[in-house]
Amino acid sequence: MSLLAQGVLAAENPVADFGNDNGWVVFGKALFIFVFLVLLTLLTIWGERRVVARMQSRPGPNRVGPFGLIQGLADGVKLALKEDVIPKAVDKLVFVLAPIISAITCFVAFSVIPFGPAARIPFTDIVTPLQLTDLPVAVLFVLAVAAVGVYGIVLAGWSSGSTYPLLGGLRSSAQVISYEIAMGLALISVFLYAGSMSTSSIVAAQEHGVVREIFGLDLTMPAWFAVQLPVAFVIYVIAMVGETNRAPFDLPEAEGELVGGFHTEYSSLKFALFFLAEYINMITVSAIATTLFLGGWRAPWPLSAIGGGMLNEGWWPMLWFIGKLLGFIFFFIWLRGTLPRLRYDQFMRFGWKVLIPVALVWIVAVACWRAANSATIAADGTTRIVLIAVGIALLFAIFGALITGIDRADRRDAARHETPPDEVDPFAGGFPVPPLPGQRLIRSNGIGNGRDDDARRPALAAAGEADEEVHGG
Amino acid sequence: MSPYVPILVLAAIAAAFAVFSIGAGALAGPKRYNRAKLDAYECGIEPTPQAAGGGRFPIKYYLVAMLFIVFDIESVFLIPFAVAFDRLGLFALIEMVLFIATVFVAYAYVWRRGGLEWD
Repeated sequence: MSLLAQGVLAAENPVADFGNDNGWVVFGKALFIFVFLVLLTLLTIWGERRVVARMQSRPGPNRVGPFGLIQGLADGVKLALKEDVIPKAVDKLVFVLAPIISAITCFVAFSVIPFGPAARIPFTDIVTPLQLTDLPVAVLFVLAVAAVGVYGIVLAGWSSGSTYPLLGGLRSSAQVISYEIAMGLALISVFLYAGSMSTSSIVAAQEHGVVREIFGLDLTMPAWFAVQLPVAFVIYVIAMVGETNRAPFDLPEAEGELVGGFHTEYSSLKFALFFLAEYINMITVSAIATTLFLGGWRAPWPLSAIGGGMLNEGWWPMLWFIGKLLGFIFFFIWLRGTLPRLRYDQFMRFGWKVLIPVALVWIVAVACWRAANSATIAADGTTRIVLIAVGIALLFAIFGALITGIDRADRRDAARHETPPDEVDPFAGGFPVPPLPGQRLIRSNGIGNGRDDDARRPALAAAGEADEEVHGG
Repeated sequence: MSPYVPILVLAAIAAAFAVFSIGAGALAGPKRYNRAKLDAYECGIEPTPQAAGGGRFPIKYYLVAMLFIVFDIESVFLIPFAVAFDRLGLFALIEMVLFIATVFVAYAYVWRRGGLEWD
């Protein structure tokens, strides 16, 4: 029994070996991650403003430093020199604690992300994985930390003692927990393929594709989980945008409705901490997407073949990892520059009625497919065929349900907006209302009982004639 | 060394940074007292008292939180099944499909009763 338990654990344990790490190495790596995240945040803020500016045909920040590169730092210094206002309605302790919770959780989530395989630290003999630490439950740990991060938001909204932050905080927490389900379900098919939740093992599982015989040819299947599990990848990418409150899902910060959302009452460096946390969360979910779906630090396909995998050793992997990470960050910025914000009911409907059922059915389909290709589970041909048939039927069920569900929702939306009448009396409500496209203006006495009834008559008549001219012509 | 120790090291660095930032912000900024500035922000009008007094908010948020617990526990059960999938065999697969189908019944019920409608 104990032997079996050890064997089971060995399969799930991280591939990376942290046996050589002493206290200084750990401290150095932790400090590196901290500095990396802060610098990448400054760079991301600059990049976002520049790229969005380019998409909107304007130059963007270009004065502070070369190409405006240290604009983010200048903004940080400006915030530090602003007054730290604590309004009198706030719950002081929680109000101060909330940005600290947000900041700590966003940094900590990055501790299990692998930057590369084992490499020698320059000027020393120490060989250590380019990763702070790894756990048998690493991805679950990231999800847990992200869930604790919601406390920062909801406590900030609650403790502000103000209406807009309260609504922003509630919206944000409802949004994050709704999309966290879809995210967690999308990750399950990755665990199923990798057989582990440790990040280094998941990267290792994407090393070689399975060789499969198709029509007499031995083809190496692509190893990235984004290619092997496309539906899970798409669900994860959508859910990660929802998780980080980014456009087009930035409803908690909808400035047209909620001022600034949960951080309306925050100023000075407390506000800066929320801002930092939002960007680091964006970097973290991108890093998870890279690790779990795009092969992590492994070189992309044509490069990985060069020199017998030379580019997958030493410090090279860091380049691929950061490159893929920046690709995702550009995707976030691109979304913000392209898509308008969703309505809250549309957003919740999409999360609960599309993403979650699709993710559940996808898990069953993947499990059937995996079982059909496994020698131990599908030992005889009949089981295999039944499993493949069930898997394919479920895949069709996904698409069928998707199409009918969206269609029904559209029709219900259309039914809700009843068609406007053909004729409209602009003064029926006691104040002038412009006609909708295609509507004809009619004369009526309205409810005004005519104090200035005669005065507005000519204008109405003129409008009616003009309308008839358009429709008659 | 326990694999959790490095996480604590990083958390300590982040906590030190956050506390330092808040302290520095409180020290570096100016302080100019103004009674209107300390009011809750509401576009210049008299603030509504609801938020401060623990006012009521839409019941939909409670419903979302309860549904979240149902589905989160479902994914918690699915995770160990997925990790150990290759060692479990056909019986576990059939059991898990039955489990997902059972939760799906609850999901269909919530959908039909309008629990997933926002407005």
